[in-house]
Amino acid sequence: MSATSAPLTDSRIMLRRNFKHILRNPVTIFNGALMPVVLMLLLVYVFGAAFNVGEHYIQYATPGLILLAITYGLSATAVSVNSDMTKGIINRFKVMNVSRGAVLTGHVLATMLGSTIAIAVIIGMAFALGFRSPATPLDWLAAIGIAAAAAFAAAWITVALGMAARTPESAGLTVVPLLLLPFLSSAIVPAAKMGQGVRQFAEYQPFTPIIESLRGLLAGTPSGGYAAAALAWCAGIALVGYLWSRATFSRRA
Amino acid sequence: MLDGIDLDVHAGTVFSLLGPNGAGKTTTVNVLTTLMKADSGTVHIAGHDVATEARAVRALIGVTGQFAAVDDLLTGQENLQLMADLHHLRAGEGKRVVTSLLERFDLVESAEKMAATYSGGMRRKLDLAMTLVTRPQIIFLDEPTTGLDPRSRRTMWNIVRELAADGVTVFLTTQNLDEADQLAGRIAVLDQGHLVAEGTPGELKRLVPGSHVRLQFTDVLELDAAARVLTGSTRDDEDLALRVPSDGKAKSLRALLDRLGEHSIDAEEFSVHTPDLDDVFLALTSHASTEAIAQ
Repeated sequence: MSATSAPLTDSRIMLRRNFKHILRNPVTIFNGALMPVVLMLLLVYVFGAAFNVGEHYIQYATPGLILLAITYGLSATAVSVNSDMTKGIINRFKVMNVSRGAVLTGHVLATMLGSTIAIAVIIGMAFALGFRSPATPLDWLAAIGIAAAAAFAAAWITVALGMAARTPESAGLTVVPLLLLPFLSSAIVPAAKMGQGVRQFAEYQPFTPIIESLRGLLAGTPSGGYAAAALAWCAGIALVGYLWSRATFSRRA
Repeated sequence: MLDGIDLDVHAGTVFSLLGPNGAGKTTTVNVLTTLMKADSGTVHIAGHDVATEARAVRALIGVTGQFAAVDDLLTGQENLQLMADLHHLRAGEGKRVVTSLLERFDLVESAEKMAATYSGGMRRKLDLAMTLVTRPQIIFLDEPTTGLDPRSRRTMWNIVRELAADGVTVFLTTQNLDEADQLAGRIAVLDQGHLVAEGTPGELKRLVPGSHVRLQFTDVLELDAAARVLTGSTRDDEDLALRVPSDGKAKSLRALLDRLGEHSIDAEEFSVHTPDLDDVFLALTSHASTEAIAQ
């Protein structure tokens, strides 16, 4: 072992540990992978026809549901991060000289791995329900890149929220705003159809450019403006999450 | 929280820090194990300063905290393997260490079960086994038997004795006097952040002078009468008991009984007590909670 490879090795070990946590918690699997599918079925078969978005609803909703697939898995991460801090195992890691960053990046990587699986499930489900896309392989690659950036930003801000919470129980609640924000974006219905106030909020909150850039890419009509705004939001949120996590971590651990 | 703690622990011995709840035992362990920085003063572990050479100290020590720090969603075997991986043991060696610890701590049958399903005793054993993966020279055990049933407690005691026999230095905190007496070569008593005594169990017992006689009465009138007659005694109204200083010799006991007879006072129970660590503990710790004594 060398001093430089230790943080990487430790991150890999922590990723494996945290991902096992995800797989072994039925609530996490349900929230992270099944809930978005249930929402998709509800939206497409129960509400979709009433929304009148100008195209088949599955075409409209898929990009937003990709985002929901990311956010629905987040509460487990917040709880898991907080449990590490409050249930004594962090002291064990510290006394073992485990690279401190690895504790955080392990959670971020495991969350992103979980998001990737949830996104794959929701895209597979979308195709099964009749979603069709004229997107080129390059568009798909760009869409995957934006989804990954969103997952990265969401993971860091969730780690920060989980770390800042007092107890594991309250940590699970801290991510509720992240679960609600997509509903106040163009994920489910176009922002233009919303009432005064809500519409402006929807237009300027981070989820809208992320969703609109995905929507454009998957429809084969990419928009550089939305993509740039989406990536800027993701970078900003990830940076805030990273700095906040690090500050809380050095204070608490 | 802590004030003027001066401890000197010799390599290869078991040292016990004894004190009631809230005395500062865990804080002491946290300072000694680099988890917390002291406002002033120095701590050297095996020659390394904990404040400036934390990494070197950490490489030598193992800590088992008050609450079993095991990963509930991993199996016993995976918990140990996680420690082996984080300690950067080679795959083959890691596997060997994990297997031998599972055998040594009698956890082979439960190795494939999630730690969440373990009993309190098994969790503590797994916790200590995880600490041993790194083969520490110095082990800190913070209340290792609190909440354990008598059998698990004895198992834990045997493990501590084995560790000491292997030359490991053990720093043990406890609120259980019997435990300190059984395991430790030296004991320090901590109360409200101050060290109030330090020595071998025998030396500490000598700190409390004299044995006493305990008289138990059936009603408060008898107790009143006896308290009047036996000057220098201490009464316990709740238990209707009287504690009379006595050297425990036949002659003085006979004199005591004669005196009770003269005044026609009858005691329900009569017992002679020689000092044990309980008395030391009560005498030395001002705020000894009843909870701590009950253990």
